[in-house]
Amino acid sequence: MTYAFASPLSWLLALLTLWGVIGLAGLLRPGNIAFVARTLFPLGALCGLAIAAIAAFSIGAPTEQAVLAIGLPDLPFHMRRDALASVFLFLLGAASAGVSIFSAGYFRSGEGAPAGLLCLLYHLFLASMGFVLLADDAYSFMVAWETMAVSSYFLVTTQHRIPDIRRAGFIYLLIAHVGAISILLSFGVMQGGSWRFTFDAMRGAELSPAWAAIAFLLALFGFGAKAGLTPLHVWLPEAHPAAPSPVSALMSGVMLKTAVYGILRVTFDLLGQPQWTWGLVPLVLGLFTALYGVVFAAAQTDMKRLLAYSSIENIGIMFTALGLSIVFLGVGMSAVAALALIALLYHALNHAFMKSLLFLGTGAVLHATGERNLGRLGGLIHRMPWVAWLTLVGALAIAGLPPLNGFVSEWLLLQAFLFAHQVPKTFVNMLLPLGAAMLVLAAALAGYVMVKFYGVIFLGQPRESALRNAHDAGVRERIGLAWLALGCVLLGLLPNQVIAHLQIVTRQLGFASLPISDAPWWLLEPLAEREASYAPLVFLAAILLIVVLTTYGVRLFYHERVRQADPWDCGFGRLDSRMQDTAEGFGQPIRRLFQPFFFMRRELPGPRDAKPRYSIEIGDRIWRGLYEPLGGLVQRIANSVAWLQQGRISAYLLYSFITLVVLLALML
Amino acid sequence: MSAPDWLVQIAGILVALAAAPLFMGWVNKCRAWLQNRSAPSLLLPYRAIRKLFHKDAVIARNASPLFRLAPYIVFGSMLTAAAVVPALGTRLPFTRAADAIALVGLFAVARMFLSLAAMDIGTAFGTLGARREMMIGFLAEPALLMVIFVASLISATTALPAISDHIATQEFAIYPSLAFTGVAFVLVLLAENARIPVDNPATHLELTMIHEAMLLEYSARHLALMEWAAALKLLNYACIGFALFIPWGVATTHTPLALGVAVLALAAKLVLAGVGLAVIETISAKLRVFRVPEFLAVAFLFAVLGLLVHLLLGA
Repeated sequence: MTYAFASPLSWLLALLTLWGVIGLAGLLRPGNIAFVARTLFPLGALCGLAIAAIAAFSIGAPTEQAVLAIGLPDLPFHMRRDALASVFLFLLGAASAGVSIFSAGYFRSGEGAPAGLLCLLYHLFLASMGFVLLADDAYSFMVAWETMAVSSYFLVTTQHRIPDIRRAGFIYLLIAHVGAISILLSFGVMQGGSWRFTFDAMRGAELSPAWAAIAFLLALFGFGAKAGLTPLHVWLPEAHPAAPSPVSALMSGVMLKTAVYGILRVTFDLLGQPQWTWGLVPLVLGLFTALYGVVFAAAQTDMKRLLAYSSIENIGIMFTALGLSIVFLGVGMSAVAALALIALLYHALNHAFMKSLLFLGTGAVLHATGERNLGRLGGLIHRMPWVAWLTLVGALAIAGLPPLNGFVSEWLLLQAFLFAHQVPKTFVNMLLPLGAAMLVLAAALAGYVMVKFYGVIFLGQPRESALRNAHDAGVRERIGLAWLALGCVLLGLLPNQVIAHLQIVTRQLGFASLPISDAPWWLLEPLAEREASYAPLVFLAAILLIVVLTTYGVRLFYHERVRQADPWDCGFGRLDSRMQDTAEGFGQPIRRLFQPFFFMRRELPGPRDAKPRYSIEIGDRIWRGLYEPLGGLVQRIANSVAWLQQGRISAYLLYSFITLVVLLALML
Repeated sequence: MSAPDWLVQIAGILVALAAAPLFMGWVNKCRAWLQNRSAPSLLLPYRAIRKLFHKDAVIARNASPLFRLAPYIVFGSMLTAAAVVPALGTRLPFTRAADAIALVGLFAVARMFLSLAAMDIGTAFGTLGARREMMIGFLAEPALLMVIFVASLISATTALPAISDHIATQEFAIYPSLAFTGVAFVLVLLAENARIPVDNPATHLELTMIHEAMLLEYSARHLALMEWAAALKLLNYACIGFALFIPWGVATTHTPLALGVAVLALAAKLVLAGVGLAVIETISAKLRVFRVPEFLAVAFLFAVLGLLVHLLLGA
């Protein structure tokens, strides 16, 4: 097949390849930080920007396909760019641009693997994510998917000399591969007996409802493992703290979204007509994941683990939206299904920006202080104002506060939930509104988590004297943070423009159009007849106007005298930094309210202890209840067949001989 | 939007700004009467605010700019909310800027900034207050959402003016579902506005404070703005309650007559609401902090009951 060179698809393929080339260039002078960080990473950022721009402008362009003559004989790579892929490519390009420019200032010498190797893996990781989004047959999809998993595994284990990090990497790789097998099986079911593995063949395959459901569940398991759907979430809180911060940002902000993309591709494109009952599975799992993630986030004391659990929560929100969309589509409420799907896509975009921003913020803090433990931070807003204020944008956005972006997608999802009572299935229509309440609980808890995260790191008094020497981030890091913060603000302020683009995706997937009203451009009113509207710009303008007017009013009518003094603190005096809440203390109400979620081991001092000690250890019940028994089972099976391994060549020759005889007997 | 609409809108904002301390004063007066104390003047909150504006601000040495910015943002978001809530008329320019859910988001902005500011100095009381405030916030929001859900099921919208219009213009009917959710809303109002039995606005006993603990380090104009914002929040919640449950009297056109009726109706409702609030606060005792989740769970259950009544009985 030929294709015009000027088509967006060919440009995208060229730019993805360029990412690979930039990565390889890192091997030219692997030890030279100045060359790798100052030249190659900014180039990668530019490349990301170009990808984002092309993807954004080509959303409305007609779908294109291409066949690349690489790969095995008779198995060429099929590529395809449609609106869904474009949205996720935009996400990849725009978020990675911020992360790359931050990385330019972040990676320094003497941190684990040499810089050039990191550069190669980093850009390979980016390019493979791009190819996942463009792949149009199971073969190229799996190649890209596995490249993504392996390159990110090596990035996670950058500091491979630390045993905990090797263990984290192992758990990540294990779950990634269990998921990949499931995805492969799902593709195997979806080819429907034609034995052709292009996505086009799968779109055309006629599956019985039972096989379609099996394919859906396999895909849900496989992509859910990558996305961090409970109970497959255990790798996230291990891998994210282990990885360097820019890598955590990419994994959380972008890689999790490729899994969301995968499940959307399978459900709405390859399988086509989902049954409404399928939706209940992601809906229930998603709600549980959202609550589970945010409750654990509130109890964490390591800032990157906290953010990892917060990512689990957001993935839960996205899968809730997925389930809701399937239910609505299955019962014929296509426009509302489109609304839920738009909420999902919007949230995916939002999360890419805000979570990357927060992870980069923790990276800057980690560099400045060498500390990940919330209990040893505090008061950094004075030392690192740039990082603090830019991170505040991300924290407020992820807490779902208007007029920032996190609020818009949650608002849209709640608007979709308000139609749940119209689902013509008794009981389901009564239970679904409770799902909305659970979603709001999770979203409100996210506010709690962010107050803890931000308050403990940046506000209050420094908990260690060493923090007084912390330095602010460099220029490149600031640019990266500011870019992502800008994304959070713009996505929040211009919802109509974003939704107009996302609607192209839902229309292409066969959903009905939203009955958007002819409201002015700044007023979001997705469903005209319901009159529910939201105007973020008015919010921002009104609050800013009142702030300015009040400030000047106070100055005009009264005075602005300020006297500095010691904190009053109810007159107790002698305040020191250890009197503030620790991260454990701030999480205490959550531990108490959601006790059944936690496995807790506490060591409390007795009344006569000369050296009182207080310690608390919090564990994940799913890890103890599911993974440890499962691991034990595997271990036992392995032990029971271990006698086969004799270590003598004669025994192995005997095994080969027996196998041959058995096979011959079977054949004849 | 025509010029009279904007005039009414600005008048509405100014009325809210002026009425908020008065409503606070009225609640305090009723409470004092019920508790056999000699009642403070109705104007006491105004005098307190005026006094605070005249004083020099004393700020802790280690306060960050966030600490000084927060009062303005809290005040700004409460005043914006006052502009959005259809207290006097339902066809005002600002009412379309937010539906009920976005309004809840606006309250969340104020809560988050208040809590962050409370953590800024790094005192034990501040963080304690912030932690408790956020806890009550996340427990109250699901209940509040269910209340909005029921109201939106009855009127097929989440826009507050449309809900008021729908209920006000319909033939008078008692919705059992609205009765249940009304109870839930009152419970949420008590929790969100730091009233007894959840928090005691009059206490400075260290271990029981929630809202006051967060304001401890504030003084002078910053404290004045925070107090004013708290009064506005109470007024806003009351007006949301009126819009959802007893919207009669709200102006649907901007004739002087309709507006006059609306002002009188609002005043009457506020007088009654103040009495009701004072009665609740007098007959109940403050709960321990970890009984508050049960209190809000009751609110949530009432709202769910309202939902089920509506879905099952269509009433």
